[in-house]
Amino acid sequence: MKSNSEGLIIDGVVSYIDRDNIDTDQIIPTEYLKSIKKFGYEDYLFDGWRYKDDGKLGVKKEERDINKDFILNNKLYSDSKILLARDNFGCGSSREHAVWALRDFGIKAVIASSFGDIFYNNCFKNGVLPIKLEKNQINELFNIANKEVIRFSIDLQKRIILTSNKDEINFEVDDYLINRIIYGLDDIDITLKEKNKISNFEKSRLETRPWIFVNE
Amino acid sequence: MKTLYDKLWEEHHVTQLESGESLLYIDRHYLHEVTSPQAFEGLSKKNLVPWRLEANIATPDHNVPTIRGNDFNSEQIKDEISKIQVVELDKNCNTFGIKQFDIKSSKQGIVHVIGPELGYTLPGMTIVCGDSHTSTHGALGCLAMGIGTSEVEHVLATQCLKVSKLKNMLVKFEGTPADNVSSKDIVLYFIGLIGTAGGTGYAIEFSGNYIDEISIESRMTICNMAIEAGAKVGLIAPDKTTIEYVREKSFLDKDTLEKAEDYWSDLNTDDGANFDNEIIIDVSKIKPQVTWGTSPEMVVNYDDEIPTALNVSEDNRKNIELARNYMGIHNESKLSDLVFDKVFIGSCTNSRIEDLRQAAEVVKGKTVADNITEAIVVPGSGMVKEQAEMEGLDEVFKNAGFIWRDPGCSMCLGMNPDQLKPYERCASTSNRNFEGRQGYLGRTHLMSPIMAAYTAINGTVGEPS
Repeated sequence: MKSNSEGLIIDGVVSYIDRDNIDTDQIIPTEYLKSIKKFGYEDYLFDGWRYKDDGKLGVKKEERDINKDFILNNKLYSDSKILLARDNFGCGSSREHAVWALRDFGIKAVIASSFGDIFYNNCFKNGVLPIKLEKNQINELFNIANKEVIRFSIDLQKRIILTSNKDEINFEVDDYLINRIIYGLDDIDITLKEKNKISNFEKSRLETRPWIFVNE
Repeated sequence: MKTLYDKLWEEHHVTQLESGESLLYIDRHYLHEVTSPQAFEGLSKKNLVPWRLEANIATPDHNVPTIRGNDFNSEQIKDEISKIQVVELDKNCNTFGIKQFDIKSSKQGIVHVIGPELGYTLPGMTIVCGDSHTSTHGALGCLAMGIGTSEVEHVLATQCLKVSKLKNMLVKFEGTPADNVSSKDIVLYFIGLIGTAGGTGYAIEFSGNYIDEISIESRMTICNMAIEAGAKVGLIAPDKTTIEYVREKSFLDKDTLEKAEDYWSDLNTDDGANFDNEIIIDVSKIKPQVTWGTSPEMVVNYDDEIPTALNVSEDNRKNIELARNYMGIHNESKLSDLVFDKVFIGSCTNSRIEDLRQAAEVVKGKTVADNITEAIVVPGSGMVKEQAEMEGLDEVFKNAGFIWRDPGCSMCLGMNPDQLKPYERCASTSNRNFEGRQGYLGRTHLMSPIMAAYTAINGTVGEPS
């Protein structure tokens, strides 16, 4: 992601997967959740579709049987920064590894008509922007993407997607969420500014609901 | 007038932040080996320690082998990468002083099974865990939800979750179900009705006379799969059944428990409280449900035709074609036309004692069909296993040709050696039939313990007489 005088811009080729309900098991299969690291998931993104063999953690993509029909294996899309999908993207498991895999591959934004709740939250903690558009808008984008390689330029501050034809598509996202990406805010630091309030709350809870604080 | 969700929200609301989000105080935090290592690493890097140590309870479940026997320890896990993760949880729990039911413990098990049965899940609590099936605990009247690893770290560090309020849906299940119809069928039917995105953005409260009449274990199956309808929160108001369950499991002293019970008795949705959406479902018309596709919403009555691309709307055509193709459904028109290879009875959805009793009832005195190469029963916890063995259920399963295993998540997600081979077809009591979920190119059909047990005996899907 680069910064310019007007704020953050995500500029890049748009890859697309024409499916509803792309669950987090498809984004990254369970096998790779065995890693205890927070980075290094790029080769495992969409593993089941991207390769024709069963992968193992630690096996690099050069050693795999590549599925040449899968979009991210097409040279025109292999540097894609933006991913277009349909409904309920990221449903299923809470695994943050799904967002780490997208991020490590270089995907900065995912555009879909809806997202799984937990995935949607996880995105903002890792600098990946999920953009919700209406189903008819998604249909139109698929119609264009199916015909030619397209690029978008997404202005985070203005909440605008600028297409290669100079069309502008507005999108909505809560300030507090997108600000995490724009300013790289640390949630724990922010919350710990309220530590007195948390302590006081806890003290009063200990009085009124003592059973919460009893352990075997 | 407030809903149960409103009340739980207000009860735990610490403050509203400048951003507009709220800090909710978290009463209980469950941890397992898969989604916690990066959180502990983050905590260490910031030189922080857990805010309230006693809030945290850990157990290894996703990676653990289910053939262990006595005296098994983490170092004996054969898969080197799985071992690292389980050993890492041991280390982190030791370093930070977190209570863990480790792989050696007789109380180890699937985190969502052990929490309630050991008395750590109590009505009215906020509960989080780095696992989407945390919604399970909503069955006891908790505000419980799955979170990502960054949030696991945040909860460890601050005892709070930073969230915005969800919308609220009421789902009323009315009527009496037919024989062989369990809460798994009811929740699968519900998911088929509203779709896997139908509950996105909602906390769903389940109620109705059907809910009133079923056990806590059956309620857990329903709340467990709320996430499969898109809702990260599913909840059921505590009632007499809940209080009896908790009383039996609790380690609280009598006075404290009585005080708590007073509070729990009034913890419910006010008459006339407003929901954003309400659905009423007549459960008496529901037949046993079995999924045919690669999303939990792709579900039908076990004896119905499997949808084809020809008989669905145009938007859905591609999804149906992709799913049929993946599942190896070509000329077959009904689920009973499909020949099964494996049967899995287990998972946080259906591995509790009641589930095992129901399955055992079906297999008693019968033999697993020849086409079934492996039928496994994986109890949800050491306590469930012990209880089942006391009742002789292990013998019933073993005599029928099932394999009786040690507790863990097992073949629900195949992170341990329990996996499907490519193209194998499995009758599974778990919660997700996603592509590759139970093993690379494996084919999963979700169903109840009764239906999975019958499939093991019959070799194909059908209903026990």
